[in-house]
Amino acid sequence: MIEARGLSKRFGTLQVLEQLDLTVAAGRVTAILGPNGAGKTTFIKMILGLTRPSGGTLRFDGEAINGDCRYRARIGYMPQIARFPENLTGRELIAMVRDLRPPAGACDEELIGAFALEPQLDKPLRTLSGGTRQKINAVLAFLFRPDLLIFDEPTAGLDPVASSVLKDKILAARRDGRTCIITSHVLSELEELADDVVFLLDGHARFAGSVPELKARTGQPTIERAVAALMRPTLGEAA
Amino acid sequence: MNATAKVLRYDMRDLLRSRWLVGYALFFAALTDALIRFGGSSEKALLSLVSVTLFVVPLVALVFGTVYFYNAREFTELLLAQPVNRRQLFAGLYLGLALSLSLGFLLGVAVPVMFEGLDDAAARVPFFMLLAAGTALTAIFSAIAFVIAIRFEDRLKGLGIAIAAWLGAAIVYDGLVLIAVLVFSDYPLERPMLVATFINPLDLARVLLLLQFDASALLGYTGAVFKSFFTGISGTLVSLAALAAWVAAPIILGLRGFQRKDF
Repeated sequence: MIEARGLSKRFGTLQVLEQLDLTVAAGRVTAILGPNGAGKTTFIKMILGLTRPSGGTLRFDGEAINGDCRYRARIGYMPQIARFPENLTGRELIAMVRDLRPPAGACDEELIGAFALEPQLDKPLRTLSGGTRQKINAVLAFLFRPDLLIFDEPTAGLDPVASSVLKDKILAARRDGRTCIITSHVLSELEELADDVVFLLDGHARFAGSVPELKARTGQPTIERAVAALMRPTLGEAA
Repeated sequence: MNATAKVLRYDMRDLLRSRWLVGYALFFAALTDALIRFGGSSEKALLSLVSVTLFVVPLVALVFGTVYFYNAREFTELLLAQPVNRRQLFAGLYLGLALSLSLGFLLGVAVPVMFEGLDDAAARVPFFMLLAAGTALTAIFSAIAFVIAIRFEDRLKGLGIAIAAWLGAAIVYDGLVLIAVLVFSDYPLERPMLVATFINPLDLARVLLLLQFDASALLGYTGAVFKSFFTGISGTLVSLAALAAWVAAPIILGLRGFQRKDF
């Protein structure tokens, strides 16, 4: 679904991604991990065309991402921070995005019910809590039944109930054959979601492969322990 | 309907509900009302209104504009993740801001005048020129605010530069012109002064407005040179055309920055 070849990004003197080669397989859930500043968000923003590469190529379903905006009709994005126009209501916000992106078929509004958002939708967005706004972000990501779903720290502001609703929704999307990309600091929650793992460190992919491969290579029982093992320099060199 | 109109529609709905914008309109309404009631003639009231407009409109457009862009940063990213191109999104965001602020100014000034009327029919042209200049200044300085906010990631730095830009255009510039006049008083200064008027949009708007009144004393050095150079209606037309160019320049600069920006 996503193919990066020699992808580089430099902000001033800071090299965020360096000659990154990476493939995200279709129909699977890929977790992108790495310490702060490893380039996770930069990689996601490049897929969305928010940030442009300094070098290399990035392809979405075989087509190079180069400024044409139409491919984004197939992507749903849930950003890390939910900040919206203060004086609009949730309903107006959803209507706005729907206006901007006329849906091909019926919209997927299941999450509005699952999150019990209905009573919150007519209040100004500035009065809603951060968690509630983040739920609206999740609704927007799934609304158009996209082929590719991108989540940047999706459960960071959510309570346990909402976070398991969201995880169920992600698993359901995978069962429908859709592709998901997730970044998260909560490695334990990825245990039940991720098929593949990409571990970014200093702008390189230190590991890219399936979860069983990761565990086999590091000899660890969980993703969390495997990643910790990868971060130890000697093992990292071997990998 | 294209993406610009859609973004504009929701953007204005949001902005027109903002307490700051309502306060801005009420400020001009209260001021205009007071000046008309207690200012004596319409001409005097309008002249006072011109002075306040020249100070307040650029300041509000710069500060409100930069804060608005920074606050909308995450939302702008969300919109950019939709199948919308950057040019249309920029146009929607910019027009939403400029039109909302202009509407606040226009309603604030025009509503009291409609209720109380102008005592002198001759004051009509200056009045409409004031509305036009206020709108042009809003358009120019909102665009400059966007240029600054797009260029600088750091909010505090951006806001500081916006305020510095206002100080420069509204106060420091006149001082520098005066110093230049003193230092180079032995030389013919008409043409440099004429150029100086065109470089600062605020100066340009001031000259345009004061040309409408019989108040040469307020024109200042640049304005006096301008008036002697462009006699009659030509001065008004030239300054209007130059203001229009001033609207276009920062918009083009802002759009270019927006299209190249890494979010």
